Formats: sequence, C-alpha cells, structure tokens
Amino acid sequence: MSNNEQKSGWELMKVIFASSLGTLIEWYDFYIYGALAPIIAVQFFPSENPTAAFLAALATFAAGFVVRPFGALVFGRLGDLVGRKYTFLVTLLLMGVSTFAIGFVPTYKEIGFAAPIIILVLRLIQGLALGGEYGGAATYVAEHSPVNRRGYYTSFIQTTATLGLLLSLGVILTTKNALGDTVFNDWGWRVPFWASIILVLVSVYIRLKMAESPLFSKIKREGKISKNPLKESFTQKPNLKLVLLALFGAVMGQGVVWYTGQFYAQTFIERTLGVEFEQTRYILMIAILAATPFFLVFGALSDRIGRKPIMLAGMLLAVLSYRPIYQGMYNLTQMPPQQEIRNKHLLRVPDENTLIVDKGDSLFITKKWTGAYGLIIRTEEKRTVSADRSVPVNTMTSRTVWLSGLDSGSIPPPFWSMTFLVFLQILFVTMVYGPIAAFLVELFPTRIRYTSMSLPYHIGNGIFGGLTPLIATRLVDVSKTADNPAGDPFVGLWYPIIIAAVCFVIGFFYLPNKRDPDEFNT
Amino acid sequence: MVKQYAGIIWIALAAFGVYIMVRQAEIEFDQNPALDTRIFWYTIIPIFTPIMFGLGLFGYYCLKGEYGQSKV
Repeated sequence: MSNNEQKSGWELMKVIFASSLGTLIEWYDFYIYGALAPIIAVQFFPSENPTAAFLAALATFAAGFVVRPFGALVFGRLGDLVGRKYTFLVTLLLMGVSTFAIGFVPTYKEIGFAAPIIILVLRLIQGLALGGEYGGAATYVAEHSPVNRRGYYTSFIQTTATLGLLLSLGVILTTKNALGDTVFNDWGWRVPFWASIILVLVSVYIRLKMAESPLFSKIKREGKISKNPLKESFTQKPNLKLVLLALFGAVMGQGVVWYTGQFYAQTFIERTLGVEFEQTRYILMIAILAATPFFLVFGALSDRIGRKPIMLAGMLLAVLSYRPIYQGMYNLTQMPPQQEIRNKHLLRVPDENTLIVDKGDSLFITKKWTGAYGLIIRTEEKRTVSADRSVPVNTMTSRTVWLSGLDSGSIPPPFWSMTFLVFLQILFVTMVYGPIAAFLVELFPTRIRYTSMSLPYHIGNGIFGGLTPLIATRLVDVSKTADNPAGDPFVGLWYPIIIAAVCFVIGFFYLPNKRDPDEFNT
Repeated sequence: MVKQYAGIIWIALAAFGVYIMVRQAEIEFDQNPALDTRIFWYTIIPIFTPIMFGLGLFGYYCLKGEYGQSKV
C-alpha cells in the first residue's frame, strides 16, 4: 500500500471495528444454532420418523459446515469481481435474515414435514453466508493494514470467531436463567435467534459507510481485475499449488485445533464427564475470556518472527499435550474404586455426605465426595432400584457432576483446574489462528485473493475442523464393546492429533516463513 | 530433495486415506447397518474423497519440484 493510502491508526481501528463486528455477529448466528441443536432437533425432527431423523442428522451436524466451502467459492468470486465491501454486506444480510427466520419457523407439530425442510434450508444459507464472510473481512482489513503490522491488525478479525462463540454462550445462558428451563425449552430458545437481527442491522449500517478496499480500488482503476477468479485460482498451477499448500500445510491443522479446543472440549466435559450444563458453559466462557487477548499477542509476534513458527508451534503443542490434558480433565471427575464399592450398599450405609431421595422405582443420590487428588466434587446420580432394594453400581442411568470452586478447600479447586485445562487448549488455538489471516492473505495476489484464501480456509475449518466433534464422538461409539460399554473416552482425540501432526510435518517442510511484502500489492 | 521425494508419501497417504474410509465403512455396515451408520459414512466419504484427491495432487506437485525455495 502506498504511503498516500496508508490509514492513520484511528481510521484503521474504525475499519477493523466495522469488519470485526459484522464477522462476530455472523459467528454468533452460526454458533447459536449449534448450541441449541438438541432443542431444535426435538422441536423440528421427531425421532419416530426415520426420514426426519435423517434430516436432523444432516442439519444438526454436517450441513452448515459442509456448505461453507461452496459459500467461499460463490462469494469469493463475487468479492474479486465486484469488490470486498458489497460482497460482505450481502453475506451479513444473508446470515442475519436466515438466523432471524429460524426463530420464527413453526414446529413439526404445527406444520409437519415442511418444518425440518425449512430449517435445513436456512441452515444451509447460514453456512453459505459464513463461507463468504471470513475471507472478505480478513482481506479487507489486511488490505488496509501497514506491511509490518498486518499480523497484529488482522488478529482482531481472528478474535471474532471465539468471541462469537462466547456471545452465543452468554446470550443462551442469560435467556435460560431469565425465562427458566421450561419456558426456554418451549419457546424461549427462539429469543437468541431474534436478538441477532438487532446486531445485524447495526453492523449493516456501519458497513454501508465503509469505503472499498484501497488495493481493490487500485487494481480496478488499473483494469487488473481478474475476469474469472475461480478459473485463475483453481485451474492455474502457480495459484492452485499455493491453495493446496495453504490447506494441507496450515489450515487443516489449525481447523482441528480450533474445534478441539473449544467445541470438542465442551462436548467432552458435558457428555463424557457429565459436568452440569451451566458449569460447562462457565468453564468455557472463562477460559475464552482469559485466552482471547493472546490472539492479538501472537498476531503481533508473527509480524516480528513470521507466521510459520507460531502456527506450527501451536500445532505441535496440541499434538503432544492433548492426551495428557484430556486425561487430566477425566481424572478430575472420576470416583475412586473404593467409593464405587461402597455405593453398592448405599441404602444400608449412607454417610453424612450423601443425600438420597427415593422416588419409588429410582433413587436420586446426591453425594459429596473426595475425588482424585483430594478434590471435592458433588455428583447427582439417578439409579434404578431392584426388587430387593439393593442398588448395584451398573444401574446408574444418569450422572451429573458439579465441580466445587474456591470454597472446596482443595488446592487447586476442581472447577478452576478444569477451566485451566480448557484455557491451555484455547491458548493453542490462539497460536494457530492468530497469525493465519495474515498468512493466507499474503499468499495470494490481490485480484484473486478473496477467492483463493476463502476455499482452503473453509475446507480446513468447515470440513476438517467442523466435523471434529462428529468424528471424535463416532470413534468413541465404535470403541464400545460388551466388556467396555462406555468405550474409550480418549479415542476421539486421535482424529485431531493425526490431522494436526500431518499438517505440522507438511507445514514444517513446505511453508514459507516470509513473503516479499511488495508481492502483496500486486 | 527430501521435500521433492516426500511427494510419494503424500500420494500414498491420500490413497490410504480413501482406502481406510471405504474399508471402515464396509466393516461398520456389516456390523451395524443402522441409519446413523449410513448417515455418517454417506456424509464423510463424499466429502473427504475429493480432499484426498487434493492431497494426492499436492504430492504430485511436490514430486515435480513445485515447492522449491524459489518457487513459493
């Protein structure tokens, strides 16, 4: 960028704010659907209908992520032909309208089969919109940024996905607490979808006032716009080889680390370990808040030492430490064997730390006990009762864990230990994700930048990353046997570990660390 | 040279990836032909097979020396 076009710090922060706010809203819109998927599945996809169940699986797990690369192609092309500004106005409007509409779709009971079809279509639109948003926002900010601070300024965009997740968790928790569980499960779940339109309209207003990217304006004046950015990006070897390198040497690993540290961690804590719903959300929210500043730290650091070493360091740390971290998380909630044996005689020998509520055919047992490392946690278990009123261990039908905090008297308290282990994972996320926007935009020329960077980004994140919880959960299911009905709780980690390890090796040998800054402006 | 000939590894990895997906799907269809098994593999295989092709192409470009120091 020439000196005349270089923006002052204040003007640049306005550009970043306008871009980031819209991107954050898009992530929020995308994530509230995922967070509320269990309720949406019940409302729109009744399990007794096999076809509806099929649609539920598609809509809930795959559709929104899988369609992102197609959005990248459609809107990337538009952004390179028409301009960055108007393209990501379109993506923001599409996302906002589809999200708002989800909040109004009548349930399966009210309109029958039309309900799940409408939901699936709206989810696909969300995925398409998101596929077009990120490439535009990152490109737009990068093309305004000074050469030596590109990593720092684009890292603001990198915070938006995590902050969008945080916002979605916060809005859902707040709505749930305000309305109560019954009302929330009935219709209150629609409120987070309705709320997004206000944020979208504010973002649209701000984006309408933004100017076009100076670099795009420059190549437009010079008549250097690509006539066919898709063809140029993906059929011409000089660029296609860079698209493949970006995917297999950087974004593939970044995607699995991102989704493991935030989504799979949440799934593991809530479903595998049984930690209570609200506690799980608070753990994630606190860890996110603590780790978010590091996006900026590593983005800025990448301006000094290069993008490659930081991204690869994050991947390597994730590969080496996921297993011990998840073992640590697991250990925090496991009952020692001696306590399991004592529980066989609960009815006869309850102790002062046990409260038993007898519901006739089942017992609700709330027990405060000392877990691993002397940590105090509380569990509530529901157990079926046999005819002789004994309670064998293997009749437990559900188990919820509350991790005690600073009041536990344990050092460190279990709640904060769990939060720290999640924080570590999100720290790896900031390392792999903080510099990657700058890395991707620097890899490709201006005339095809939006198209070229968007596709590998959304394959790496939407496909490799977005399907992480699905694949990891599937691996756990497959590991279940008659002798081990719960399966191996850690086997799901092999997916992100192997993908990140392969990406690390490819990135280590093939990724360039520094690019010629003058090439960015071509 | 290592970077160049490692292209064979990436091509082999791509082929192995497709093989392992198809083989695992066959095993699971035999053991548990439930709807969710089919949903999973009918989603995963069409999505990841083109990506494995891309990995193979990456390996081919490596063998052709396209990722040499001066070329990236």
